[in-house]
Amino acid sequence: MAEIRMPKLGESVTEGTIGRWLKQIGDSVALYEPIAEVITDKVNAEIPAETAGTLTEIYIKENETVPVGTRIAFIKEAGESGDRETPLVSASREKVEVSALEMPHAKDQDDASRSRYSPAVVRLAQEHNVALDKLRGTGLGGRITRKDVLLAVEQGAKGVKGERASQPSGGGTFATSVEQNPPSSANASSQRAFEPTMSAQKKDASGHLGARDVSMPITPIRRTIATRMKMSKHEIPHAWMMVEADVTGMHQLRARHKAAFREREGIELTYFPFFLRAVAEALKAYPLVNSEWTDDAILIRGDIHLSIAVATSDALVVPVIHNADQLTVTGLAHAVSDLATRARSNRLTLDDVKGGTFTVNNTGAFGSIQSQPIINAPQAAILSVESIVQRPVIRGGDSIAIRSMVNLCMSLDHRILDGFIAGQFIKSVKQRVEAYTVDSDF
Amino acid sequence: MAVKLYIDAIREAMQEEMRQNPNVFVLGEDVGLRGGVFRVTQGMIEEFGPERVMDTPLAESAIVGVAIGAAAYGMRPIAEIQFADFIMPAVNQIISEAAKLRYRTQGDWHCPLVIRAPYGGGVHGALYHSQSVEALFYHVPGLKIVTPATAADAKGLLRAALRDPDPVLYFEHKGMYRAIRDDVPEGDFTVPIGKARVAREGDDLTVITYGLMVHHTLTAAERLAADGISTHVIDLRSILPLDREAILEAARRTGKVLIVHEDNKTGGIGAEVSALIAEEALFDLDAPIARLCGPDVPAMPFSAPLEAFYMLNSTKIEDAMRKLAAF
Amino acid sequence: MYRTMVLTRLLDERMWLLNRAGKIPFVVSCKGQEGSQIGAAFALDPARDYVAPYYRDFGVVLRFGMSARDIMLSAYAKAEDPNSGGRQMPGHFSSRTRHILSGSSPVSTQIPHAVGIALAARMRGEKLVTYTSFGEGSSNQGDFHEAANFAGVHKLPVIFFCENNLYAISVPQNRQLGCAHVSDRAIGYGMPGVLVDGNDVLAVYEAVSQAVLRGLNGEGPTLIEAVSYRINPHSSDDDDRSYRSRDEVEEAKKNDALEVFRDELMRCGVWSKEDEEALRKELQRVVDEATEYAQKAPLAEPETTLDHVYAK
Repeated sequence: MAEIRMPKLGESVTEGTIGRWLKQIGDSVALYEPIAEVITDKVNAEIPAETAGTLTEIYIKENETVPVGTRIAFIKEAGESGDRETPLVSASREKVEVSALEMPHAKDQDDASRSRYSPAVVRLAQEHNVALDKLRGTGLGGRITRKDVLLAVEQGAKGVKGERASQPSGGGTFATSVEQNPPSSANASSQRAFEPTMSAQKKDASGHLGARDVSMPITPIRRTIATRMKMSKHEIPHAWMMVEADVTGMHQLRARHKAAFREREGIELTYFPFFLRAVAEALKAYPLVNSEWTDDAILIRGDIHLSIAVATSDALVVPVIHNADQLTVTGLAHAVSDLATRARSNRLTLDDVKGGTFTVNNTGAFGSIQSQPIINAPQAAILSVESIVQRPVIRGGDSIAIRSMVNLCMSLDHRILDGFIAGQFIKSVKQRVEAYTVDSDF
Repeated sequence: MAVKLYIDAIREAMQEEMRQNPNVFVLGEDVGLRGGVFRVTQGMIEEFGPERVMDTPLAESAIVGVAIGAAAYGMRPIAEIQFADFIMPAVNQIISEAAKLRYRTQGDWHCPLVIRAPYGGGVHGALYHSQSVEALFYHVPGLKIVTPATAADAKGLLRAALRDPDPVLYFEHKGMYRAIRDDVPEGDFTVPIGKARVAREGDDLTVITYGLMVHHTLTAAERLAADGISTHVIDLRSILPLDREAILEAARRTGKVLIVHEDNKTGGIGAEVSALIAEEALFDLDAPIARLCGPDVPAMPFSAPLEAFYMLNSTKIEDAMRKLAAF
Repeated sequence: MYRTMVLTRLLDERMWLLNRAGKIPFVVSCKGQEGSQIGAAFALDPARDYVAPYYRDFGVVLRFGMSARDIMLSAYAKAEDPNSGGRQMPGHFSSRTRHILSGSSPVSTQIPHAVGIALAARMRGEKLVTYTSFGEGSSNQGDFHEAANFAGVHKLPVIFFCENNLYAISVPQNRQLGCAHVSDRAIGYGMPGVLVDGNDVLAVYEAVSQAVLRGLNGEGPTLIEAVSYRINPHSSDDDDRSYRSRDEVEEAKKNDALEVFRDELMRCGVWSKEDEEALRKELQRVVDEATEYAQKAPLAEPETTLDHVYAK
């Protein structure tokens, strides 16, 4: 059996008309013998038989017009009864892998994209003061879509304004060289970052903006800091501990070498690199502290990359000293000086803020003697070095001496670390900073 | 209003303009007695005679070059190139001459010329009867390019082209000649060059497309609608100049943009559309701009499965749309 | 006729000088081809006919109403340059009112345009001929063949005028043509081919006049080849010493159409040394004035770069 179908007679032809049947039912046909005349608006042609046999069926009457591919007749082959249909190529309805379209894939299924905000989402959240971390994302990987924000605005889900954070931000997700202008949109002219603006649309939680109140636009970098701080505080069960260390030896050592160091190296010798060195060494001894929490496992990082918090005029950035354990105190001093200089002049590269495994915060610079830093997610802990202050200290049983004392405060991810390991780690740092004497090499 | 085939709308536009304006004439290979290989000019030689429906020698550069001379003199020639694929010999005339005549004479001379050419694939036309060539000319200021997707636009845009003082490339998709029919307004109407058309309203995602892909996209949009996803579809209609406002408005409307064209991806129209959106509407975007285009291979193969692989269809477009909608 | 030849020559020499003095960036010279150009142009009627010249046709456009000042304005690329307001290189002539169709740098593209004008004019029932010129090198371009065939098929009144100066930049004729003469190609397109001495201005005039008559009488196109010599290099950026001997150039100068014509005029007693001196003096003043005017004329405003891409 062979089905005869309406052929496609010409490139743009979609249908054909049977002009005349040249063969009738019961006629025998030879191979390629014309069986019908077909008329299309491009050509008129005779359809040849594709097999020899007997014409057994005619489905389409003369002068009837049918789409290309329609069955018009049947030929039964001599001595054959089985079907011998040749499948026609038709437009494939199979799912085809679309290679030309590549979406950035989320690393893992749930909530990996939660904190990846599209430009539209960020802008809308700013305009309507929506706290994005309170929203449920309906997009891919939990991503908050533009529609999610608009819905939240409609439902009046106003977020409270983020608290002023004086803590190190999570670094590593933003390029600090980005021009820090608020995005210009239809109703926000591009102003200098942090230039206060009077805007009737911005109101506080009570919906009131007094005559002397000032509404300050939130820069993208501030927005990022806020988001990451919140995330860290929400997701990580913070625990906190503090030890005090006697760094009189370090104090004397620094006093002794300060001038020569400046002469030789061209930078100031501060206390900070001594602490960094101690932290790097202690991390080697307690690798679990140099880790991050993932849903499947605790990931212990092989390299020691220390994030250090640097305050700039309008933000806090956390550049990274890579392989800090391989640097001497002098090398660390240079690294700190270089990163701080470049951070303040907005010349950090993306690599400079990537890959930190543990953060050291120099809160002593502000005169603080105690702080509770927020962990720089996804790291396991953060240590702040407070001010070195001279205090009377009881020594050797019954004598009182004037010593240079410092508090070391550590926030830790209680999912990873317990007091046991964290305590040993911080004790190890304490021992190392206390070991310096006026004659030490560094 | 009457429902008409795409091909008939093109023919009618020429006939009506030729009746109104004695300066309009058609020249090309086989346009006369044969009525064009696709029968676009069928019956025209009978009405207008061999002078105004002129069979030319088989020489594309001469067809366009002669038309440029006639246009400069004040006529309004319609130069038919039998297939867009065969426009290559005339590229020098189009780019070096037609596009630059006004500019290089500061408007002393100009070139009101329409070049019609059937383009596009999916009709077993193989390498040299299937190409989309719009991107090749798209880079050339001084030209205008239109690609109607409906019979109404086919007629309205051709009439507008025949009244335009500058050279217009009019690309008609051969796969639509007899496959597309829609309501065409009566009387003397034009569709302005440079204005896109909203082919469907929606607010979940935006698809920007043109030509045959408009229809595949609309089919896909129907399927998405069944699942509650609403698609906004823009039919560009004019490639050069692009309707910037319409593109930006459509992008802002949903924040998710998929650009679809049959032509291959690299350096295609979609690249410019996406650059425009990135420049002007970044803070309205809710997803990376996506492009779905023909593959970057030199041309469309003859063999059916290879051709099917090359051509986009409603299924491929639907997949891309669903991905974007889910983002 | 002779006056136009001399003016063409003086302008040409002046431009060459100005280029060598660093005043104008680029010159193409028609020195040695004045006989061909002016002989042909004088057989045409500037009020009736159209020309699609090529970039050496200074003599043709002077005949069609361009002035020495126009030529200089274009050499200096000044805003008042009638061809293009300084947008095009010199030699890319254009003026709608003077029936000079705009030309470009890719060679031969103007040839189908001349055919198109002839076609359009015939459709409108207007009697005219179109003249288009090109070098022997350009006669190898597809556009020449396509346009000649088109005109042959449709019997259009086009004069295909090949100014054979024996060199396509550096390539001599025997490396350019598979046949002995460009005019031999005419038979392939069903038109007469005429070979004429381009250094004999009157012979050229005669040949083109015949072609004009044929065109006006509806007998179709003509291909004319006028053989002369390009005395100067291809352009101010070319050095011809690498491809032709000085002896050859000196020999060619002896057949300079200008000299030949002057000697003939003097022999006939219609021209004298005094006439010659007076004419040269007068025209030198014209060229000086044109140079000075063009030098002082303003350049186009930078922002006008954006104008005239499309109709406003």
